Amino acid sequence: MALEEPDMKISIGSLRLRNPVMTASGTFGYGEEYGSLVNLHRLGAIIVKGISLLPRQGTPPPRIAETACGMLNAIGLENVGLERFLSEKLPFLQGISTPLIVNILGDTVQDYEQLAARLNEEEKVAALEVNISCPNVKQGGVAFGTDPGMAHAVTKGVRQHFSRPVIVKLSPNVTDISEIAGAVEEAGADAVSLINTVLGMAIDIESCRPKLANIFGGLSGPAIKPIGLRMVWQVAECVSIPVIGIGGITTPEDAIEYILAGACAVQVGTTNFINPKASEEIIQGIGAYLTEHSMASMQDLIGRARRV
Amino acid sequence: MQAYQQKAEVVSTEKVTGDIYRFTVKAPDIAADARPGQFVMVRAGDGLDPLLRRPFSIHQVAEGGLVQILFKVIGKGTQAIAGLQVGQHMDVLGPLGRGFVHNTMQEHYLVGGGIGVAPLLFLAKQLLKKNEPSAIRVLLGAGTKAEISTLADDFENMGLGVQVSTEDGSLGKPGLVTDLMVPLQNENKVMVYTCGPYPMLRAVAGVSSDKGWACQVSLETIMACGLGACLGCAVLRADMNGYVHVCKDGPVFDADDVAWL
Ligand SMILES: Cc1cc2nc3c(=O)[nH]c(=O)nc-3n(C[C@H](O)[C@H](O)[C@H](O)COP(=O)(O)OP(=O)(O)OC[C@H]3O[C@@H](n4cnc5c(N)ncnc54)[C@H](O)[C@@H]3O)c2cc1C
Ligand SMILES: Cc1cc2nc3c(=O)[nH]c(=O)nc-3n(C[C@H](O)[C@H](O)[C@H](O)COP(=O)(O)O)c2cc1C
Ligand code: FES
Repeated sequence: MALEEPDMKISIGSLRLRNPVMTASGTFGYGEEYGSLVNLHRLGAIIVKGISLLPRQGTPPPRIAETACGMLNAIGLENVGLERFLSEKLPFLQGISTPLIVNILGDTVQDYEQLAARLNEEEKVAALEVNISCPNVKQGGVAFGTDPGMAHAVTKGVRQHFSRPVIVKLSPNVTDISEIAGAVEEAGADAVSLINTVLGMAIDIESCRPKLANIFGGLSGPAIKPIGLRMVWQVAECVSIPVIGIGGITTPEDAIEYILAGACAVQVGTTNFINPKASEEIIQGIGAYLTEHSMASMQDLIGRARRV
Repeated sequence: MQAYQQKAEVVSTEKVTGDIYRFTVKAPDIAADARPGQFVMVRAGDGLDPLLRRPFSIHQVAEGGLVQILFKVIGKGTQAIAGLQVGQHMDVLGPLGRGFVHNTMQEHYLVGGGIGVAPLLFLAKQLLKKNEPSAIRVLLGAGTKAEISTLADDFENMGLGVQVSTEDGSLGKPGLVTDLMVPLQNENKVMVYTCGPYPMLRAVAGVSSDKGWACQVSLETIMACGLGACLGCAVLRADMNGYVHVCKDGPVFDADDVAWL
């Protein structure tokens, strides 16, 4: 007799997810791009490319460089902007039963507040993920994510203008990530997600020039998994809100490591480019693991590696 | 757009010459939907290094759900793919992007440089369904005879007129492929379809524009997803105001729509 599907439900504030696997911002477009390759209804949540108030063109090419078990990107937060997101991208997502999380970014606290206020009117937007950490843009991003005071201010602003869960996405490019996590928790974040990409670079030794036009870019993929895992462990230690693990997850085993470290959910990023079916495989693999290890629910797994 | 991820069995491998290979895989869904100028993203093995898929034009499709790619070994990704044996599997994603548009032009010039001939064979086959062979002209440029002679034969075997240029003069006219274009005089409406290295595309677009011929170019950029999701494949628009994305808006563009730098 087939075993019953294990209970994989998790909660992030008032948001209930059928399973803990989401697609990471910037790696899954606006969902539609993967519509013919992935069963979108099966995912825990869909997180779309970061949206700003106005459209952004992004940085000049080359924008990508492959590195050992990873990739660098300097997309420069290119996106269609709030209005086109609402008119062109949201209708498709409205037809998908999976909760939608919108990733937002801005240059000022007011930008974030305006985005939050407008997205609050759209019921389909189940939660916001606040990008305070993108290392690609010379202005904005960086300052919020690396300064506890600024991180607090942005979180508080979004919190005041959005009635559903607010997730704050943390940058690994800081000395003490726990300090930032503590600041955003204090400001009313319902959860934190980490890590965003790790600042890096690559040089072409034939042209003797940096491989990215932007010189620096964000490193993602399997190469950063140990960093993400360590930071999730540290943050889970010091906050009492849910932690969402991101960074180099390609297999169910990777996801389970993050959950054992204290993450209640995970995001799959760069792997979507390599194996679009990975998120579904990870959902299935976590379920199989719970069954095999006679665990009744995600609660048995979350943070288990930290228990003494 | 409908794309498929298929574990495609390698049914034949051919070393065309030196470091150029032609692989045939069984990928029925991709073969059924593919149009000339579209591409596939191929995973180079199951490992994490090299990590990203590699983009290749669809070289041909054939009965029985077969898809062919023609590729040159450049680095570790293409090296790994070249090492696949018949019976092994290749993880292929496709068909992707927007291919060549062939309309009611009276004459069709297919201009390929080096490995850039890859998508032109599929295009020639398609064009032959609606055009006399005499309405199609194939101009191929390469470094040396070895790089191009087998591929030139493929077009000749289809009954098409082929002209070749080589930089070392070992086959056809010595020089560049644009040297074959410049002398051509034509009163008819011409469409140029071109694929090859960037400097060649720019030159072909320039000659076409001087002659008043319409021109479609197939561009290459580094790609992560091939699906329009990562926004990594940006190319500057002709008006220099923002970017188009090669995997989704292309890889084939009207030469007038992109900036030539
Ligand atoms: C739409 C499209 C169609 C293509 N069609 C063909 C084809 O039919 N036949 C063929 O031989 N080649 C084709 N190419 C180029 C081919 O993708 C590269 O030669 C290949 O990716 C090199 O990989 P590598 O690991 O061997 O080289 P490496 O240099 O080790 O690759 C490092 C990284 O750079 C990328 N890269 C390197 N060169 C190119 C390039 N010219 N274009 C895009 N990315 C590159 C790789 O994908 C990888 O991410 C096409 C490229 C595009 C974008
Ligand atoms: C091409 C690309 C674009 C990204 N864009 C965004 C973005 O717009 N907003 C954001 O918060 N994170 C963005 N990220 C970061 C990812 O969401 C994720 O945090 C990071 O890639 C680490 O996870 P991974 O190793 O699984 O990819 C982007 C990552 C990549 C590779
Ligand atoms: S390669 Fe990802 S958007 Fe084009």
